Amino acid sequence: MANSFTFELVSPEQLLVSREITSVVIPGSEGDMTVMADHAPTMATIRPGIVTLAGADGQEDRYVVFGGFADILPDACTVLAESAIHVDAIDAEMIKAQIASAEKAVVEAQHDVQQQKAREFLDQLTTLQGAILPA
Amino acid sequence: MPSLKDLKNRIASVKATQKITKAMQMVAAAKLRRAQEAAEAARPYSQRMASVMANIAQAVGGGDDAPAIMTGTGKDDTHLVIVATAERGLCGGFNSAIARHARDHIRQLLAAGKTVKIMCVGKKGYDILRREFASLIIERITFREVKRMSFAEAELVAGKVFALYDAGEFDVCTLFYSEFQSVISQVPTKQQIIPVKAPEIEQGAESGAVAAYEYEPDASAILADLAPRSVKVQIFRALLENVAGEMGAKMSAMDNATRNAGEMIDKLSLSYNRQRQAQITKELIEIISGAEAL
Repeated sequence: MANSFTFELVSPEQLLVSREITSVVIPGSEGDMTVMADHAPTMATIRPGIVTLAGADGQEDRYVVFGGFADILPDACTVLAESAIHVDAIDAEMIKAQIASAEKAVVEAQHDVQQQKAREFLDQLTTLQGAILPA
Repeated sequence: MPSLKDLKNRIASVKATQKITKAMQMVAAAKLRRAQEAAEAARPYSQRMASVMANIAQAVGGGDDAPAIMTGTGKDDTHLVIVATAERGLCGGFNSAIARHARDHIRQLLAAGKTVKIMCVGKKGYDILRREFASLIIERITFREVKRMSFAEAELVAGKVFALYDAGEFDVCTLFYSEFQSVISQVPTKQQIIPVKAPEIEQGAESGAVAAYEYEPDASAILADLAPRSVKVQIFRALLENVAGEMGAKMSAMDNATRNAGEMIDKLSLSYNRQRQAQITKELIEIISGAEAL
């Protein structure tokens, strides 16, 4: 059986999850990655996406996160998300509102770097929308 | 000498006031509990953020790789002062304590020949500061409609700050708010938020672990992503502390008011009773002396 480690999902407003799990899939900004116990210490930024946790009993739990970063240690993994919400509680309108504000940010960007960043964020959001809301 | 009727009216009005202050105190107590819970719930995030920042800032060092928001503009000419206060009054010296602290700081900066720009978060701070520094206030944000302080509010403030910074509008940004220590003590606090100061890493066993970290994409990119977030978190924390502090201050202010009203009622009742007694005595004397004259 796989070893377990402590996983914490924290948003600025509250501590959402803090428990022992065996693996977690994190949407890193350079691609998804699965973290298991005894992972090398890593610090990674994350893009808007889905965090999937798997417990020892094989039970899966999914959370949607919007940007943030992950701090991975051999015996613990902490995801600090700008905002996070359980997949079941997600609301199509909420994502639409986020996309609308991201679109606005692209238009209002004052220089190239900002615009590129905003556009990337918008792309990630649209992908996310496609992934969790089968239209 | 007020008549009996006047006294009675005054007692009734003070009693009504006491009821109101008592109710406000209880409302503040309930809100304080919620505000404290919110502040506590936000703590893990800011703590982790601080420790990660410390780690990563040490890895990157103060070199050219550090993001602009951390190195600053290299100048110290224009200061942005954010003054975060409450939306409502009736909370003792809470708002004026923050404003006074900020005012001293602004005066110092002005005396040193710096340019100062003020951003008021919360209505009360604006009301106080505009008397003296009306021309310096460039922005005011009020959260009057906001029932519960959430991260979105902090992002709103931070967004304005970053926009100003990107436009080269200021070099140093300082945030004034009130730190919640207990229900009876709130300390006006000044905190520099831009350029971002990396928190000091804790001395001791940690130092070995720092070097072993792998970064994805790389340390400076993460730091660039992290620094603005850290500013947002600090603003968020300040807003939460303010809400808790405001409620604490309001609670003790209203407690005082209730007690004062109680004392006043006692005093008024005493003189009311004395006067009533005097009147009875006077009437008795009149009756008796009338009877004796017969």
